[in-house]
Amino acid sequence: MNVTLVLFLIVIAITLGITGWAARRSGTTVQFWAAGRGIKGWQNGLAIAGDYMSAASFLGIAGLIAFNGYDGFMYSVGWLVAYLLVLFLIAEPMRNTGKYTMADTLAYRMRAIPVRSAAAVATVAISAAYMMAQMVGAGSLVKILIPTLDSTLKPYFQWTVFGIHLDPSITLVGILMMVYVIVGGMVATTWVQIVKAVLLMTGAIGLTLLVLIHFGFNLGSFFDHVYAVKDAKTHLPFTSPGILYPYGKTTVWGIDKALLENISLGMALILGTAGLPHILMRFFTVPNARAARGSVGWAMALIGSFYVMTTFLGFGAATLVGKAHICAKVDASNKCLSALNNNLSMPRLASALGNEFFGSFGGELLLAFIAAVAFATILAVVAGLTLAASSAFSHDFYVNVIRSGHEVSEREQVRVARITAALVGVLAIVLASGTGATTNAAALVAGLAFVIASAASLPAILFTLFWKRFNTYGAVAALLGGTIATIWLYAIGPGFSTTPPTNPAFPLANVGIVAIPFGFLCAIVFTWVGELFGADRLAEKRFHEIDVRAYTGLGAEPAAPTI
Amino acid sequence: MGDLSAAHGQPVVQPDVQAAGPADEWEGIEKSEEFTTLVRARWRFVAPATVFFLVYYFLLPILNGTATTFMRTEVIGHVNVAYLFALSQFVVAWLLAWFYIRRANTVFDPLAARVIELARRMKGGSR
Repeated sequence: MNVTLVLFLIVIAITLGITGWAARRSGTTVQFWAAGRGIKGWQNGLAIAGDYMSAASFLGIAGLIAFNGYDGFMYSVGWLVAYLLVLFLIAEPMRNTGKYTMADTLAYRMRAIPVRSAAAVATVAISAAYMMAQMVGAGSLVKILIPTLDSTLKPYFQWTVFGIHLDPSITLVGILMMVYVIVGGMVATTWVQIVKAVLLMTGAIGLTLLVLIHFGFNLGSFFDHVYAVKDAKTHLPFTSPGILYPYGKTTVWGIDKALLENISLGMALILGTAGLPHILMRFFTVPNARAARGSVGWAMALIGSFYVMTTFLGFGAATLVGKAHICAKVDASNKCLSALNNNLSMPRLASALGNEFFGSFGGELLLAFIAAVAFATILAVVAGLTLAASSAFSHDFYVNVIRSGHEVSEREQVRVARITAALVGVLAIVLASGTGATTNAAALVAGLAFVIASAASLPAILFTLFWKRFNTYGAVAALLGGTIATIWLYAIGPGFSTTPPTNPAFPLANVGIVAIPFGFLCAIVFTWVGELFGADRLAEKRFHEIDVRAYTGLGAEPAAPTI
Repeated sequence: MGDLSAAHGQPVVQPDVQAAGPADEWEGIEKSEEFTTLVRARWRFVAPATVFFLVYYFLLPILNGTATTFMRTEVIGHVNVAYLFALSQFVVAWLLAWFYIRRANTVFDPLAARVIELARRMKGGSR
């Protein structure tokens, strides 16, 4: 056992200790799922930022920038701008009309059973995709900390699940996380997110400062060095767009493929956030719409500052470490002994900066700190996602659909929530192993969750709030159509593998440009179909109520009297 | 409040909802001058702001793909237009959020308070 690993384990033990201690302060369902609606605006802002700055942001974006230069920065831009949509159209109406989940808002107008079932499907799909990204990130971290783990465990991982060889690191990490979440409970997620957001910002600011000190706070010199890094294939400098998706190579439907990929990616990035269940859930934890609004402001300030720093971290890794040296195992002369892995850009940068400023022990220390922060990040995000997925299943599907009209004890609900959590976790482990753990950026995989969110949840939410004629048919069609279309297009497309298939049935890796309009179209067309059957007058009648409530907060769920 | 069973199936009528009255009263509020003023005030800000940020955001990938030479033009040292444009997205997002929050706190909230007041009057001053 080396020093890095020991330090890492100590930090993990401490964070888990806090989680365990906080988890015991559990209470009623409103506390369990909505923290008594007593979370203050700035606290919720921190928690949203914590939920959002997942492995995809912390490891993923920095990695994309380190490997592809400027193009990786597009993720940072899109994921911040996305919050304007949340702020303008989603946060306050959700707080005013919902209770625990997105489906509560939908079920206010629509027939509860079909709409809740469909919403549960979409929520579980989004959570599983997002969790998959976290597992990819966590698996990468373990590979750098315990390089021998994969080869040691390989004999025990000869079997397959649905034809997929499980990745030892990912499986181990996934199981560990499931155990903590299921045993430890999820009441403390908000506080874990806050602690984690603070740690994450500290780590990012510290590394950014070290990068700046290295270049003597001379931004000109910094960009000179970034410019000097050239992409091997396109020969472009890292400051230039067009490396991740090279422009002018091939055309799709008569348009430059790279342009389509970037627009398609952008659509998913800025529309998806407004449909992410674990972000939407956050707005039910605050006392009123004004606090919901304020919390988005806080979150945008934090997330934006963090994303500006991703350029220093990503470009820093590109210049100070170099793409060729970013992998799980390096020899004494810093040569890679295993496959390149861009999720490890941040840890490698931390190690390099530590070595430079504090000697070799400093390097190990900084690596351990960053790895632990990243791990805590992943743990916290997985907890948040599990909360979202299990609430969708337990609250929306089990309680309101399967056991509709029966009394369901809290004990039974929690048991169902735990079983759901375990199932979603297993699904994520299998999927993450399937996509290939070592070579793909967590940010790319997280992109899939954002497409489902924008194609399925977003049309359902927006039309429920703002379109009078919208009905159950449209809502169910959007939720199911958007989810299925996204997964199907992704499955027949090139995917995110580093060696894409030569002639995929769907040409684009980013499926949003087709899937998102399709989801909206499903909503509109099936609303008309529903009208032909004349079956859902209730939805239109109830619109008056939801309309007034969304704008004014009349009849909104009150805060528990413990503020 | 803590009992989830109260939220099963069909939306449960909560105490506050009863305070505001049945469906036709909701429609009454919806048609009131107070409510339409609030809705119009909100959309007068939200609609142009949303259109603006969507256009401004998608300009970035579109220009990156179509005006490649322009976007790669270096402005200060090796800092190019594409990077500065991307950074400006942060500034625009922060400014729009700040404008919205300020407007909502000072204009929309008082307008919403008028609607809530109206709802209470319609109910005959209870609560």
